[in-house]
Amino acid sequence: MTKFYVNGEPVEFRAAPDTPLLWALRDHLGLTGTKFGCGLSQCGACTVHVNGEPALACSIPVSDLQGKRVTTIEGLPANAVVKAVKGAWVDKDVVQCGYCQPGQVMAAVALLTKNKSPSDAEIDAAMDGNLCRCGTYPRIREAVKTAAAKLAGKR
Amino acid sequence: MKTTANPSRRTFLKATAALSGGLVIAFWLPGRRGLARAQGAPKAPIPPNAFLRIAKDGTVTVMVKNLEFGQGVTTALPMLVAEELECDWSRVRAELAPAAPEYAHTAFGMQMTGGSMSVGDSWTQLRTVGAQARTMLVAAAAAQWKVKPEACRAEKGFVIGPGGKKASFGSLAEAAAKLPAPEKVALKDPKQFKLIGKPTRRLDSVERIEAKTVFGLDVKRPGLHTALVAHPPVVGARVAKFDAQKVRGIAGVTHVVQTSLGVAVVAKNFWAAKKGRDALEIEWEAGPGATLSSEGLRAEYAALARQPGPMAKKAADPNAIKAAAKTVVAEYEVPFLAHAPMEPLNCTVEYRGDSAEVWCGSQFQTVDQAAAAKAMGLTPDKVTLHTMPAGGGFGRRANPASDYVVEACEIAKSVKVPVKTVWTREDDVRGGYYRPMYVHRVEAGLDAKGAIVGWNHAIVGQSIIAGTAFEPFLVKEGIDHTSVEGVSDTPYDIPNLAVTLHSPKSPVTTLWWRSVGHSHTAFVMETMIDELAAAAGEDPLAFRRKLLAKHPRVVATLDLAARKAGWGTALPQGRARGIAVHESFGSVCAQVAEVSLEKGEVKVHRVVAAFDCGLVVNPMTVEAQVQGAIAFGLSAALHSAITIKDGKVQQSNFHDYRVLRLSEMPKVEVHIVSSGADKPTGVGEPATPPIAPAVANALFALTGKRARSLPLGKTSWA
Repeated sequence: MTKFYVNGEPVEFRAAPDTPLLWALRDHLGLTGTKFGCGLSQCGACTVHVNGEPALACSIPVSDLQGKRVTTIEGLPANAVVKAVKGAWVDKDVVQCGYCQPGQVMAAVALLTKNKSPSDAEIDAAMDGNLCRCGTYPRIREAVKTAAAKLAGKR
Repeated sequence: MKTTANPSRRTFLKATAALSGGLVIAFWLPGRRGLARAQGAPKAPIPPNAFLRIAKDGTVTVMVKNLEFGQGVTTALPMLVAEELECDWSRVRAELAPAAPEYAHTAFGMQMTGGSMSVGDSWTQLRTVGAQARTMLVAAAAAQWKVKPEACRAEKGFVIGPGGKKASFGSLAEAAAKLPAPEKVALKDPKQFKLIGKPTRRLDSVERIEAKTVFGLDVKRPGLHTALVAHPPVVGARVAKFDAQKVRGIAGVTHVVQTSLGVAVVAKNFWAAKKGRDALEIEWEAGPGATLSSEGLRAEYAALARQPGPMAKKAADPNAIKAAAKTVVAEYEVPFLAHAPMEPLNCTVEYRGDSAEVWCGSQFQTVDQAAAAKAMGLTPDKVTLHTMPAGGGFGRRANPASDYVVEACEIAKSVKVPVKTVWTREDDVRGGYYRPMYVHRVEAGLDAKGAIVGWNHAIVGQSIIAGTAFEPFLVKEGIDHTSVEGVSDTPYDIPNLAVTLHSPKSPVTTLWWRSVGHSHTAFVMETMIDELAAAAGEDPLAFRRKLLAKHPRVVATLDLAARKAGWGTALPQGRARGIAVHESFGSVCAQVAEVSLEKGEVKVHRVVAAFDCGLVVNPMTVEAQVQGAIAFGLSAALHSAITIKDGKVQQSNFHDYRVLRLSEMPKVEVHIVSSGADKPTGVGEPATPPIAPAVANALFALTGKRARSLPLGKTSWA
């Protein structure tokens, strides 16, 4: 059994310990906001935060999570960074199909939590692991910059 | 001035208060439903659902008949209704319609999403629905106030009458629903539009961002099991026998069943099903696909390209080219391509013996519903097909063979528990239904002044359409139109153009892929035109303009892109521009790409796109679709290829089937041509075709090397 925390709630996971966090979230906890895209750490659709760091849920076995704190898109706190990111995503009309966007938002929140004014190169580097087949990349870049400006009080 | 829509002759209208105590309008165009009938769709009377519901609280719900998979129909189609309804836009929401005959395409008689047709198809239909509902709401208010309807008007969700009278749509909906629907309604002149043409944010952003949207993969049902299917490792192979001994011991696995394509492992969750499938021992009967390779196909296709064959277009004078002062001969190749939508394929089925429910992100509801019914031994009316929002599709979810739907139905019928099939990314990349591989051979002749005198164009590649229900409509005298579109109907004034098509068969399954035939024909046409411009010693833009004199719309679009890109102005050392223009799906897109080489790798810095898509409904969506179509096209232009060796697909996931990443995305500037058109043309696809040739032409300008095969990344540019 592995004990860890998901969105602040304690979880005692008794199914196969090699179950990837992605499928523990989706199939066992009913949290389907974390998306399956590749299962191979290639696309970022399953981006969550583990102890505050961005992580790919498809490639972390539950057995590695003993005592750790997992945050999913459903459990993001309503803090300034999260509000700025979600607000910028709506303002810039980023969404197309929307399937990769929870992962994109998780990656952007992780970036802006650590770095309030990322350069263009830092944005590209931080968001490069999150694929989008619809091609929302230009608006993702704009939205991250908009959120950063908001956080810097520049609006 | 108003234009009048007269739907009365072919239109059956029905208003009923059956749903949610509000106004429900059903609108139906009977008599053009040939394909739906042919495939066994029920002829039952129209069911009590519709395009529009107005609830007592004033919420306006528009039923969207198309699949939402990124193209923005759940915003654009409600805009059409709202424009005429005069409702409060902030109270509008969209719902995806299930499979039902009244949601058929108005001309094709089947419910479908494709061909960049969604907005155009609903253009008159949904504005009419909005105008009818508005007329009924006004009539209901007028009756209540005992005044003439002409004395009342609708505005922002209210009917306003004489003497300051005011009633909300919600309060009037029930009474309005009891009135007869007007047969004739006047539709606004485009000059009167308040919403159409205005940049409008998507209605579904917040639910998508907060992950509240239920995609097909997210469907939850009581007792739902997950199934993974082992598909043939060799193209076209079949199961000879299998041993499930090692599978049965895996906790959570409940069933192992053979399907028409492979062997399914059903389990209580994904991970158990995955482990179970990994433990399966299957002996495959390889069949003729065992020796198949892309290399072999290339040689076969190149040989065929030199043979006579069915002609899509004949030259007025086939001998004219023989008198050419200069002849350019080039052979082109493009690979098989997977669609690789972010949401892997999936389908949920509950089979109940005499009926069934299916949940999937279908681009082909009518076809999938009929196929599901057939697979379960039911009639289509016994199968409810819920259209789920899809995480991309690009054509993969519009399969005439309904492969992934049929497979899920076979499993559900066999195991008799609710089942969701999930394709892994490897299943998707290796699962067939690719954009076909093509070889083109072009022989073009110029006279001494650099004018084209003849053009022999041979295209070789599998037919997407042959063997499907679409064959009678799209294949004529051996010519699959989707294989030659963009060549045989080119707007360029090319004297003595001859187009030959060979459509060899292979065990590889093929399918349309965003922009269909244009995905390869634009690359060939636009790089060849560029090559001829160079051979004639002319500027690529000027050379094109001369050949397009009879097509002012194409010239205007080309000119706009060139002007905005600074065509002809100096660039920093190591950078070059390339230009391309292509007409598809009723629209024209021109692009100028700016490239450089960084450590031998192609880097695209900037793309300036000009786009004429007729009347623009939502400029914000149009810009997004052009950006997205360029990203999609750039993936294939630079990186993506499915190759086959010994019958096996050599790629498996995003590490070897590469698609564009954010750091590779160029700056994209989108300029919409204000054409004054009175109706919308295609938006989702037409910006994909020009990007590969624009980049290839820029690489020629930079290096002097001509790219004649895709992806460009496999050519050594250094």
